[in-house]
Amino acid sequence: MNILVCISKTPETTAPIDFTPDGKELKTEGMNYILNPYDEWYALVRALELKEQNGGAVHVIHVGPAANDIIIRKALAIGADEAYRVDCDPKDAWMVASEVGAFAKEHAYDIIFTGKETLDYAGALVPGMIAELLGVPFISFANHLEYENGKIICQREIEGGYEEVEAPMPLVVSAAKGLAEQRIPNMRGIMMAKRKPLNVIEPQCVSPKQTLTGYEKPPQRTGVKLIDPENMDELVRLLHEEAKVI
Amino acid sequence: MAKVDRYQHHDFYNMDALLSEDHLLARDAVRDWVKQEVTPIIEDYYERAECPKHLYKGLAEIGAYGPSLPVEYGGGGMDEIAYGVIMQELERGDSGIRSMASVQGSLVMYPIFAYGSEEQKKKYLPKLGSGELIGCFGLTEPDFGSNPTGMVSHFIDDGDSVILNGAKMWITNSPVADIAVAWAKDEEGVVHGMILEKDMPGFSAPEIHGKLSLRASITGELVFENVRVPKKNILPGVKGMRGPLSCLSKARYGIAWGVIGAALDCYDTALQYSKERVQFDRPVAGFQLQQRKLAHMITEITKAQLFTWRLGTLANEHKATPAQISMAKFNNVNMALEIARESRQMLGGMGITNEYPIMRHMMNLETVITYEGTHDIHTLIIGMEVTGINAFK
Ligand SMILES: Cc1cc2nc3c(=O)[nH]c(=O)nc-3n(C[C@H](O)[C@H](O)[C@H](O)COP(=O)(O)OP(=O)(O)OC[C@H]3O[C@@H](n4cnc5c(N)ncnc54)[C@H](O)[C@@H]3O)c2cc1C
Repeated sequence: MNILVCISKTPETTAPIDFTPDGKELKTEGMNYILNPYDEWYALVRALELKEQNGGAVHVIHVGPAANDIIIRKALAIGADEAYRVDCDPKDAWMVASEVGAFAKEHAYDIIFTGKETLDYAGALVPGMIAELLGVPFISFANHLEYENGKIICQREIEGGYEEVEAPMPLVVSAAKGLAEQRIPNMRGIMMAKRKPLNVIEPQCVSPKQTLTGYEKPPQRTGVKLIDPENMDELVRLLHEEAKVI
Repeated sequence: MAKVDRYQHHDFYNMDALLSEDHLLARDAVRDWVKQEVTPIIEDYYERAECPKHLYKGLAEIGAYGPSLPVEYGGGGMDEIAYGVIMQELERGDSGIRSMASVQGSLVMYPIFAYGSEEQKKKYLPKLGSGELIGCFGLTEPDFGSNPTGMVSHFIDDGDSVILNGAKMWITNSPVADIAVAWAKDEEGVVHGMILEKDMPGFSAPEIHGKLSLRASITGELVFENVRVPKKNILPGVKGMRGPLSCLSKARYGIAWGVIGAALDCYDTALQYSKERVQFDRPVAGFQLQQRKLAHMITEITKAQLFTWRLGTLANEHKATPAQISMAKFNNVNMALEIARESRQMLGGMGITNEYPIMRHMMNLETVITYEGTHDIHTLIIGMEVTGINAFK
């Protein structure tokens, strides 16, 4: 079974988020980036498990500049066999999907995994676009995945329960929490990753379909007001006059 | 209830730019491992003064034993800075956990690697690297601590074997260890290292109880009563105190990095707490006195980071001298202990509880400033280096 896992980077989850005064750009100075947890913990690990059970290879692909090589090395340290980096700085989901789609067309992957979303912009658009470009089925937000009789059977969390869906391979699956358990790379893996191929490929350079016009922060949260449980009238007054909810 | 570990690394001088991809990946991996395996259990084991023995295997799996030894001998094939950042992250969790790894890698695997016969290396190193065997290092004796040269443990020749007598004290891992690298004098008074196996008749390793420091690490004695040790268990490659001292250099190097982790954890805890804790209508971190403490702490940590990175670079070039290593151990452990004391006060009453890690780090660091050469002894090593005069005697 040959599997491609799409990996992206995202600011560390505790990084303070701030924008330039004109609101047009994210301030990235001193910001640390990590491998997107949905890609790392769920998509990549489930791919590795499938390879361990069924043989084949796990490749990872990242669309981004050389500065992001460390997240690719991490994926190799966790166990991916080979990596591809499309050398461009994508501006929207369409650019990413176009690069991955073009690459995947040239290779015969049985499953293409992505994370459910990248934590920073949470667009969740890339996997659907890749599936459409390749003309293959797409299962989104999979919490559980099995391979049986040449088919992929997934469980997806839906409001109040689960649904089960199946699709033939090749297909695209976006991985949600629960699909696998985080694997921490060990020192041996980190050293082996240095010897695994990291292939750099030239981009297709499609134009983005969206333009970012600006960012805005939500209003600062104000402090909590504590009201004595005996003082119901005051609570009603505040809800009516200040919060204006009743 | 499992604790949430909110630790964040601090890098005021962008030291990360001096680290390679391997170093950063190794550091993050061990940090994740500590958050997953150590933080949720450490306070409980510490309180009960129990060694979390299951972590010996986990430390092996992550690759914490002898990371800078060659892969074919059970190590990780990494450089000395990688070894350093691994120790830093382990000690960020707990000095006792770091000690479990330091002893196994620097004090047991290293002497077998550096001074062992090919047969000894093949027999022990892969199993030590994989955690199948746990080792300990016996140098200190009840009557000879800072002055190990005076040791009384000794052996006499008896055909294919030697007969060993004596005792060692304060030996990390000894009650749970499968093997011991022990140092003793031959009939001429020359120190040799030898590998003892736990089931050798006459060899025992009782536990030392009542430690109020390093409580999650197990410490014991080694007692040798006419232990018959095959000559093939003696390390052939070294004679004299150079043997144990070279191992101590390796371990002290790891400690110099390790305690930066403990200091960072204390600083990070105090920083987060003081920004959240409100007194007199403002966060405690807003008072000048508290800012002075935080500024002092991060400055000292940053100095230690730079210092130790330079030591690591020298170590990679095989140029780090014992006196340079002493200076880093001397400075950094003291720095960490001072930060632990200062940061604990910033948490007020909460600082003395095990809701926060600071008090545990502080108590641990009392051991760390004592073992592997006390603070005084390192002062004298630096003193001897700069004056050329030996003040030990
Ligand atoms: C938890 C723990 C784990 C340990 N693990 C190990 C281990 O795995 N293997 C091992 O071999 N050892 C181990 N040790 C032993 C440790 O290395 C010794 O405790 C240390 O070297 C100090 O020796 P001592 O305790 O006998 O103190 P002493 O040597 O008796 O020192 C007492 C005091 O005298 C001072 N002093 C001594 N000589 C001088 C001098 N010349 N000038 C000025 N001051 C001096 C010391 O600085 C100290 O303050 C461990 C110790 C502890 C506490």
